[in-house]
Amino acid sequence: MNAAPEQPELPADIDADLLRRWLDTATSVIEREAARLTELDSPIGDADHGSNMRRGFLAARTAIGQEPPDTPGGVLVAVGRQLISTVGGASGPLYGTLLRRTGKALGDAPAVTAAQLRDGLKAGVEGLCQLGGAVPEDKTMVDALVPALDAFTAALDAGDGTAVALTAAARAAEEGAVATTPLRARKGRASYLGDRSIGHQDPGATSAALLLTALADTAREASSS
Amino acid sequence: MTATTGSNGSTGSSTEGSAPALVGIVLVSHSAAAANAVADLAASLSGGAGEVPLAPAGGGPDGGLGTSSDLIASAARTVDRGAGVAVLADLGSAVLTVKALLADDELPSGARLVDAPFLEGAVAAVVTASTGADIDAVAAAAAEAYTYRKA
Repeated sequence: MNAAPEQPELPADIDADLLRRWLDTATSVIEREAARLTELDSPIGDADHGSNMRRGFLAARTAIGQEPPDTPGGVLVAVGRQLISTVGGASGPLYGTLLRRTGKALGDAPAVTAAQLRDGLKAGVEGLCQLGGAVPEDKTMVDALVPALDAFTAALDAGDGTAVALTAAARAAEEGAVATTPLRARKGRASYLGDRSIGHQDPGATSAALLLTALADTAREASSS
Repeated sequence: MTATTGSNGSTGSSTEGSAPALVGIVLVSHSAAAANAVADLAASLSGGAGEVPLAPAGGGPDGGLGTSSDLIASAARTVDRGAGVAVLADLGSAVLTVKALLADDELPSGARLVDAPFLEGAVAAVVTASTGADIDAVAAAAAEAYTYRKA
């Protein structure tokens, strides 16, 4: 492969330390927003998304703190594993699969570029979609993740750096989460509600946006320090 | 973890030397009570098929309603006799967690998520497994429970 690169080569600036700081930030955000996530999950789900995510991220932060992986892929695989074993609801295997597949795609490189992270996330989102069987507009976390991946890709194609591209991805995820409100749920417990699922923002898309915003914030802090 | 039944030694489990190992069965529910009750029901209805290795895996990581991947993995190891393990799951996270465990090779080789109604499928699976049938036959019997119309 020797297609002439038109953009400047991005630095491999995403390392294990950055993703460990992401986990700290994400855990704090999930703790802070747990009540709101559960509130969003009350009318259309089983009112446990916030408490489940809180339990999963606290366990992940503890596990990673005790035995810190030294590669970005290792951090994501370890967090994914913790989420699968501790969340207890559908978001556990879904986020767990997303993170583990992404982490495995990153391999054992000590640091990766934003483009490599994008490729890893693409593999992760594919694994997630395969596991859950959801497509865009089913009113799930996919409605935040797919636009985020697209925005991330577009920003990188435009030559943006890691922090800027992740910020674009986070913004797209937030917009995608808000855009789930008028949708009719086609997956999970909410799908049983039919039209009554309309008018509620999806809790899974909301938590996905929170996690990506935490990543963008972490990357911005790293680049400004 | 309670293998509801199993070769715990007291009833001559190591007899009939060349008999093939039985397929193991794991019942995954959001509720420990539901998983235990369905396991009891299936074992009772299988007509003294006490030797079928059967384990409920109900409830979440905190003991409340939900799904515990650790419980599922240990239940599957408990019932694995080398002839395969048929896993039946009730809803949402139970199904997704089993699939995620299978995708990452965290269940015994030969473990399989069976596409079946939970209670009826469990009864069909246990009865079929008690005959010494292989995992394909157990899975087929469980899936066939979908075709039984009630009205």
